[in-house]
Amino acid sequence: MTSTIDRAVGARSLARVEGVDKVTGRARYAYEYDADGAAYAWPVQATIAKGSVTGVDVDSVLGRDGVIGVLWHGNAPRLRDTGDPVVAVLQKPDVAYRGQVVGLVVALTSEAAREAAQQLPVHYATTDHDSVLRADHPSLYEPDRVNPDSDTDSVIGDADKAFGESAVRVDVTYRTPAEHNNPMEPHATTATWEGNSLTVQDSNQGGQVVRDTLAKAFAIEPGDVRVINAHVGGGFGSKGTPRPNVVLTAMAARVVGRPVKLALTRQQQFSMVGYRTPTIQRMRLGADADGALNSLSHDVIEQTGTTKEFAEQSAIISRVMYAAPNRRTAHALVTLDVPVPSWMRAPGECPGSFALESAMDELAVAAGVDPVELRIRNEPAVDPEEGTPFSSRHLVECLREGAERFGWVGRDPRPGRQRIGRWLVGSGVASSTYPVNIVPATARVAVDGEGRYTVSINATDIGTGARTALLQIGAEALGVGTDRVTILIGDTRLPRAGLAGGSMGTNSWGWAVHKAATKLADQLAAMSGAVGPEGLEVTEGTAADVKAMESFSRHAFGAQFVEVRVNVDSGEIRVPRMVGVFAAGRIVNARTARSQLIGGMTMGLSMALHEEGLMDAQFGDYANHDLATYHIASNADIGDIDVSWLEEDDPHLGGTATKGIGEIGIVGTAAAIANAVYHATGVRLRSLPLHLEDLLAAPNMR
Amino acid sequence: MRPFAYERPASAEEALDLGTAGSDVAYLAGGTNLVDLMRLGVARPRLLVDVTGLLPRSIDETPTGGLLVGAGVLNSDLAADPRVRRDYPVLSQALLAGASGQLRNMATVGGNLLQRTRCLYFQDATKPCNKRVPGSGCPARTGIHRDLAILGVSEHCIASHPSDMAVGLAALDALVHVRGASGTRMLRLDDFYRLPGEDPARDTTLDPGDLVTAVELPVPSALTRTSGYRKARDRASYAFAVGAVAAALDIEGGVVSDVRIALGAVAPRPWRARLAEEALRGQPLTDEAVVAAVGLEMAGAEPLPDNAFKAELSARITSAVLRQLGGAQTEELP
Repeated sequence: MTSTIDRAVGARSLARVEGVDKVTGRARYAYEYDADGAAYAWPVQATIAKGSVTGVDVDSVLGRDGVIGVLWHGNAPRLRDTGDPVVAVLQKPDVAYRGQVVGLVVALTSEAAREAAQQLPVHYATTDHDSVLRADHPSLYEPDRVNPDSDTDSVIGDADKAFGESAVRVDVTYRTPAEHNNPMEPHATTATWEGNSLTVQDSNQGGQVVRDTLAKAFAIEPGDVRVINAHVGGGFGSKGTPRPNVVLTAMAARVVGRPVKLALTRQQQFSMVGYRTPTIQRMRLGADADGALNSLSHDVIEQTGTTKEFAEQSAIISRVMYAAPNRRTAHALVTLDVPVPSWMRAPGECPGSFALESAMDELAVAAGVDPVELRIRNEPAVDPEEGTPFSSRHLVECLREGAERFGWVGRDPRPGRQRIGRWLVGSGVASSTYPVNIVPATARVAVDGEGRYTVSINATDIGTGARTALLQIGAEALGVGTDRVTILIGDTRLPRAGLAGGSMGTNSWGWAVHKAATKLADQLAAMSGAVGPEGLEVTEGTAADVKAMESFSRHAFGAQFVEVRVNVDSGEIRVPRMVGVFAAGRIVNARTARSQLIGGMTMGLSMALHEEGLMDAQFGDYANHDLATYHIASNADIGDIDVSWLEEDDPHLGGTATKGIGEIGIVGTAAAIANAVYHATGVRLRSLPLHLEDLLAAPNMR
Repeated sequence: MRPFAYERPASAEEALDLGTAGSDVAYLAGGTNLVDLMRLGVARPRLLVDVTGLLPRSIDETPTGGLLVGAGVLNSDLAADPRVRRDYPVLSQALLAGASGQLRNMATVGGNLLQRTRCLYFQDATKPCNKRVPGSGCPARTGIHRDLAILGVSEHCIASHPSDMAVGLAALDALVHVRGASGTRMLRLDDFYRLPGEDPARDTTLDPGDLVTAVELPVPSALTRTSGYRKARDRASYAFAVGAVAAALDIEGGVVSDVRIALGAVAPRPWRARLAEEALRGQPLTDEAVVAAVGLEMAGAEPLPDNAFKAELSARITSAVLRQLGGAQTEELP
């Protein structure tokens, strides 16, 4: 059961406009498009973690059982450099990690392709691999920048000295494991060439970058590539950049001279589409006796692969959340023989929040201050590192509102005191935050002679409700009902727009839609007569508007409260209820917003209790690569989720006055749960996921 | 997956003829495990013999008053049977603790018994595994083994048996009815499953082509009626056990007159804790006594770093379920 109270004035709850199409199967996903005479491709993945491919016995499968093509680096077409080595597939003999694509089988049926791919002999020269992240790794280094384009380190004052002089100190290390994005729809592509023109239906979070990448790779004009992603069944960051599947499919279609389809299996997803890096995070918090921070240090160690550098920004959350006169954040990487980590929901803030918000709870215990009150005491007046004012910031209000809704007041802070039958009960809190990202976009709004409007923009709806929100924004600016507006998205022939990622879709696309619709409405208002049969259209971009934005620190904030129960016999952890209160600018659509926030918190619970890529040092792979052995939350894990938001009227955002809500829901959840487990049991678990066996030794677990 | 032939024989005789014709023939029932293994390239049968149409799907009382459960009975139907719920609650609870509603609606009793280990190495055809490829090695000891066995293991294999239902059956002393080329026979679960030893490829004592036709439950008694299943798992639903116990208890005046304990998730088969049972008979039922008794059973354990906790977890949940059973029976007394 979940519940919500929509407190945002003006927010509407229009149901997803494509909802009926989706539940009736009319909405087509990448693999489902008709393609005459399509063949099926199946990747062959490396079974060594490091070395090179010395040969492939192509003839052992080619021509048998409908196999019409076998590609490997020895015969694959040469691709131009796209700037992203991850998609430079089948170009070199080198094997950089177990699971890397070293071959591709194309056959007339997907079953035949799969069987031939399983049977294809690949010969390797193997060298020693090193795939395990550890804090004392000899090749630790500092990257030049961390994602998306931030300073690797930040230093204000003297954090070490201040820590040493602090009355209350916390110096602890947290660990988060590799976590794997698992959208419902796997990465999939249908590719068709007509002469030198390429059309792909591809499951991705933004067709523009896919189009540009394919044009570069195959040395054709961007205008000769069309990418359609009308419906996408989730991405969680894993589809934010082009993945090997789209290049492989286009390559195969060109080689065999017919359309080709490829859909990754769930098992393949675990090594081919990125994942969240494991982290080792040392937190040092120094405070006065009342819990006011004097020193805050957050040092992060993470991994990247040899294919390219990916530097997750896990410590940057500590640059924004709390005031402290002396502070330091730092990132270090180890390059390992592993798949390159990539984007996963709230990259940086999500793993970083587990360390920061757990450490704040430890500080609250050490200082004897209520954890909600501790956070309020450390509320900064301006951005604590940039010194710029916040465009709006309502963390304190979220904490107070959440405490009220949760029933936090009167909580006995002593751990292990509350028990119901064979279950210990505890409660925990954490703050959430996510930055406001806005990038330029272009939208076209047209009206025909019958007064019907069409909004066109190459936005991508990965299941979030973006299509519906953009329709609402357009209709609102036009001053007409949503039933008079049609929206077209998910096609690179539409006006250019950025990807669905960084919680920036509605902010960025919506601004362009709002601007174009407003201008068209103005033009219509200024016209003396009706629009003629030729109609009228306006195209507007926001590049100049985005560039002209004033200097503010722009972030959404939130607070999460959870109740946990820990079984004293088994150590099993269950979460009967969660409360999330968020302040994220204007909420365009209450129904889809609620769904996004519930989804984020659910994924955060999944992270707290379940998700863990198990690195097998022997083979250099994540050994639990399916959803039977890599657990994500089941329905039975989810109790009552109470989601609400505080209305923010922030004049310093883009044209939609929104901050973005796709990611903030996952930020802080895991810490809130771990903090509640401490409150229930007295055991502080600093490594995710929380394992039942680590609680059995607690004295009150009887 | 490789191309395979599919037959749907009309009779058990015909099925046996097909099933005994070669080593790469597999019987197909609900398919909830076998089809996955075929997709993964772990099972590569040349011929699938679909027995769903000919396995008995009824639950009948035996002349002595027990129950004969057809091998084709669906897990969900067995769990819901009023006689099972009343006389053998441990079995109903074990079934409902397993898999998901969708899987239980497909999976059969025979297939449940014969499902394969979920050891990560067994299920990955690109890695060594003595159970899948004899002699290729066992990477689990030095690799990922939190879910694997601590009892009954060998140096060649530490796979754990995944079934919940079978653990319930073990506590009930159920018999497995088998039909083979040489006729029919009945096996205790301990004789049905075998330990890996030198030959981990074989999970059971069945010969090629043998068909499980039924499972027989004993005459119900105070013991079987006072039974229960406790499963500890990381996820609240749809997860294999981290630890599990099926227990049946007969208690008089606070003293254990009889008890059955079968442990799950700790061994290559449901593990009847006979040492623990023996230690508890005639003793007052206390947590301390139960923990000590399970400790005796665990004296033979060969734990590894990441699964050593299963010994303590097993003792704890055994205490929990026996405490509950003891309390429940006491409350029912006048």
